[in-house]
Amino acid sequence: MATPTGQPFERENYLNKHYGVGSWLLTTDHKRIALLYLISITFFFFIGGFFALLIRLELLTPAGDLVQADTYNKLFTMHGQVMVFFFLIPSIPAVLGNFLVPMMIGAKDLAFPRINLLSWYLYIIAGCMMLHCMLTGGVDTGWTFYTPFSTEYSNTKVIEAGLAIFVAGFSSILTGLNFIVTIHRMRAPGMTWSRLPLFIWAHYATSIIQILGTPVIAITLVLVVAERALHLGIFDPKLGGDPLLFQHLFWFYSHPAVYIMILPSMGVVSEVIACFARKRIFGYNFVAISSISIAVFGFLVWAHHMFVAGISVYAALIFSLLSYLVAVPSAVKVFNWTATLYKASIHYEAPMLYAFGFLGLFTIGGLTGLFLAALGINVHVTDTYFVVAHFHYIMVGGALMGYLGGMHFWWPKITGKLYPEGWARLAALIVFVGFNLTFFPQFVLGYLGMPRRYYDYSHMPEFQVLNVLSTAGATILGIGYLLPMMYFLWSMRYGKPAPDNPWNAAGLEWQTQSPPTTFNFEQEPVVTWEAYNYDEIDKAHPEEAHVVG
Amino acid sequence: MAGNVDALYIFLLIVTGLMTLLVFTCVIYFAARYRKQKGVSAEQIEGSTPLEITWSVIPFFVFLAIFMWGAVVYFKGRTPPRDSTEVYVVAKQWMWKLEHAEGQREINELHVPAGKDVKLIMTSQDVIHSFFVPAFRMKQDVLPGRYTMAWFHATKPGRYHLFCAEYCGTQHSGMVGDIVVMEPSQYEAWMGGGSTGPLSASGEKIFAELGCATCHRSDTQGRGPNLQGLFGKPVQLEDGRTVNADENYVRESILDPQAKIVKGFKPVMPTFQGLVSEEQLNALVAYVKSLSNAGPAGAKTASAPQNNPATSKGTQVE
Amino acid sequence: MSDSQAAVQNPAHAGGHSPALLHHFADEQQQRDSASLGMWIFLATEVMFFGGLFCAYLIYRLAYFGDFAAASQTLDWRLGGTNTIVLICSSLTVVFAVYAAQQGKRSMLLISLVLTLVFGFAFLGIKGVEYAEKFEKHHVPGASFQFDNVKVPGHADQIANPHHAEIYFALYFIMTGLHALHMIIGIGIFVWLFLMAWKGRLTPEYNTPLEIGGLYWHFVDIVWIYLFPLLYLIDLHK
Repeated sequence: MATPTGQPFERENYLNKHYGVGSWLLTTDHKRIALLYLISITFFFFIGGFFALLIRLELLTPAGDLVQADTYNKLFTMHGQVMVFFFLIPSIPAVLGNFLVPMMIGAKDLAFPRINLLSWYLYIIAGCMMLHCMLTGGVDTGWTFYTPFSTEYSNTKVIEAGLAIFVAGFSSILTGLNFIVTIHRMRAPGMTWSRLPLFIWAHYATSIIQILGTPVIAITLVLVVAERALHLGIFDPKLGGDPLLFQHLFWFYSHPAVYIMILPSMGVVSEVIACFARKRIFGYNFVAISSISIAVFGFLVWAHHMFVAGISVYAALIFSLLSYLVAVPSAVKVFNWTATLYKASIHYEAPMLYAFGFLGLFTIGGLTGLFLAALGINVHVTDTYFVVAHFHYIMVGGALMGYLGGMHFWWPKITGKLYPEGWARLAALIVFVGFNLTFFPQFVLGYLGMPRRYYDYSHMPEFQVLNVLSTAGATILGIGYLLPMMYFLWSMRYGKPAPDNPWNAAGLEWQTQSPPTTFNFEQEPVVTWEAYNYDEIDKAHPEEAHVVG
Repeated sequence: MAGNVDALYIFLLIVTGLMTLLVFTCVIYFAARYRKQKGVSAEQIEGSTPLEITWSVIPFFVFLAIFMWGAVVYFKGRTPPRDSTEVYVVAKQWMWKLEHAEGQREINELHVPAGKDVKLIMTSQDVIHSFFVPAFRMKQDVLPGRYTMAWFHATKPGRYHLFCAEYCGTQHSGMVGDIVVMEPSQYEAWMGGGSTGPLSASGEKIFAELGCATCHRSDTQGRGPNLQGLFGKPVQLEDGRTVNADENYVRESILDPQAKIVKGFKPVMPTFQGLVSEEQLNALVAYVKSLSNAGPAGAKTASAPQNNPATSKGTQVE
Repeated sequence: MSDSQAAVQNPAHAGGHSPALLHHFADEQQQRDSASLGMWIFLATEVMFFGGLFCAYLIYRLAYFGDFAAASQTLDWRLGGTNTIVLICSSLTVVFAVYAAQQGKRSMLLISLVLTLVFGFAFLGIKGVEYAEKFEKHHVPGASFQFDNVKVPGHADQIANPHHAEIYFALYFIMTGLHALHMIIGIGIFVWLFLMAWKGRLTPEYNTPLEIGGLYWHFVDIVWIYLFPLLYLIDLHK
């Protein structure tokens, strides 16, 4: 099963086959495009993170003393827009998905390599538009662009930000399209649907949302831009328009968008847990199908963001009920991962620590979703810090933990180098502690009634203690995020060369060399085994200890 | 209200706490018990359909129970009791303008009596705001171009935070105020000073000034429908529909009279969009309401409970 | 799509397989299937893209039916109807083109493609005439919009609300404008397909670009089939 080992860095691979800037900017190799994405989204992650830090610093004291109110409003707006549209949505799909989807199914590349490159360029164009928007004044509508504030009242660069996100949306659509076609048409012989890694199932579900949800936000933003430029009246009540229509259209995408962020992360966690528990995932079929049902039900719950917005009581009842339905497949996943640990042989390398972190944070994030979906409680906690804490537990605690876990897991494959294991474990611990310290107090703040998007809370100084805790946590969290970036960079130069399969993991991506060649495999693999055949692997190589263990 | 929400909240804390405990205990126990050991390899388990069904169905029913409890609490919170004190709220960037049916006007501060139901009839002059009183576990977005309703029942005298919970621009965090809950006797005393007469009376004045009475006469001869006793009743429309004459209906009929033509009348009324302010509109609505109250002098209902047939569910939010 | 085009334009191909086959595909069947599935999924995206607009349109049409009917009556249904026929004819010529390519009938292929382009331009021309009229009548939403004293059809004494009419025209322009943009892209694709056909690169063995270009063209036609009654034929019977 293992390919012949040699000196990995001397072999021809996708990194050293061609040199020069042109060979990167014009590449159609999915692995190189993944790296282009990695660099771009890391850049935006630190911009978004910097905004977050300023927000937390401002909230250290009740009075508005660090920045102006306008500046603060722009900070949280752009923090949201950058993190959602320029980091979280592309994060796992565009980096790990791009790198791994073809390799995991035994293909040489995605079905449309040029479209893949095009989608990166669209992302870059959108990113430049967003940067330009930020540098020339920014936007202060909140990432939600609620009308009529965004269309009639805000004095900031709404049109530019809207168009940037419009373009970024097409980048996302093209990635999803590419994945769906690739997964349908490019699987290696023997790679049946029931043998697909759960990572692939998760990306398939994600792609469905990208394909069907993103165009709706695109057209909605077109309407916002047109309305703002020409005062058409579509969302302006003074002219007969309905501002709630905007909210419906916006959340029709933006709720499923949460699943664009979390589903790939669930895919990563399935891979990692299987590998470090040395077992097949418990209830493979149910985990796979739950991904698809999350994608489908995710489209039917959008108005749960609008329970106090002025929708009818009956609409609220239906959307609340549907929101509980979508909670079931998420719960099923958590139970299956937990059950996988039963009678396992668990290794504690850094990716597994991140997976454990994911399990903990996602469980809390998911269960607090039950509070929000309960109509009676939603009225009280919506638009407070309770919501802020809840979605950070999902989108940062869940999606980002999965992303970091995945980056550690596949880093040897991507770069051919090993990261320093001790530092990585330390970072995982710091992130977990920092995260909880940052966001857990916000649940309490929310229930006590602190509204979100408040620049100045001198009217209610009793909220300061919890805010100080949260800011302290954010500092720790910041360090936790800087660490991996530093040792990853360090390892690219000084890290030990990685063997082809350092974790002794199942999956086609581990059967090729590290880093892989341009077309991934020497010859097209033929799959004759089920996914996660760890019993066979461990029987075949009982002596192969983990290199990084 | 707060009690209902908190009870559900505590129930949820217990349920989710147990679920968290279950998952975390299993994870931690398995993680410790089944850590890698020499010579012991993992036992491959394919999965178990009965288990999957169990842990899908049990949570589902638990969720269903939470849903139903939540829905009951929500329904109560959305349905104002019949004889509540009415306060008209106009939100604007960045302040709350509050006007009691009895005529008192306040800014960023609302005085209410303890132990009475208070119904809020709210609209916005500009963007979307949200009326949020954490102590009452109550929140409702305030939209431009329509009324949204909310109500609360304060029990303990004191000062409570009032927040704007929907981001509304630069000074969003400055759009805060206080709800001052007073003992009924103190409240009566407070009410005694500074009123310019009930809101419906100023509505009556505006009604006369704008010449509404020329067409909306109190007999059946007018070119417009007779407004006596209209409020809260179903209205037959020209196109065959029937609508309930609630606050939003009256509001729309003033601003966009062609939208709903009453059966038997011609679409001749001009729009008053841009001619009346939100405050005047509130006064007009209060006046039209007062015409449906018992007694010929409907306008003089300052402190008497308004017994308009509560404008059932649909009106609270739509 | 761009990949399959690139395949054809790239003659430097090693190996014994057809020059149209890209390296990362196992065989031509796989490549063809991928291209056509890709187009179908792209069309699903397009459905949702227009879907958002249709949703907005339906909501306002229900709310402001009379005003929408009044605004709709200012459109010329004869021009819209002509355009419908033009597009249906163009879809027919696309079908002929695909058939001709599969059968290797060169002249029929070229004629069909030219006819498709002619119909496409005719559609845009007629649309242009309609747009010009809107500008003359100040029916373009924005500062100079005017819609005063227009009667609501069927209600002789009711004047349409100009604000609501403006919403109608805003949706009219965004929907037909997006559709026209798709037409322009479609014409671009068909010009390129014509050049391919002219150079003899669309053969019975390899005509995937035409097949999926045709799919796109049919989709754009279908969107119009919905737009026409929704925008032009509101309340026409009265």
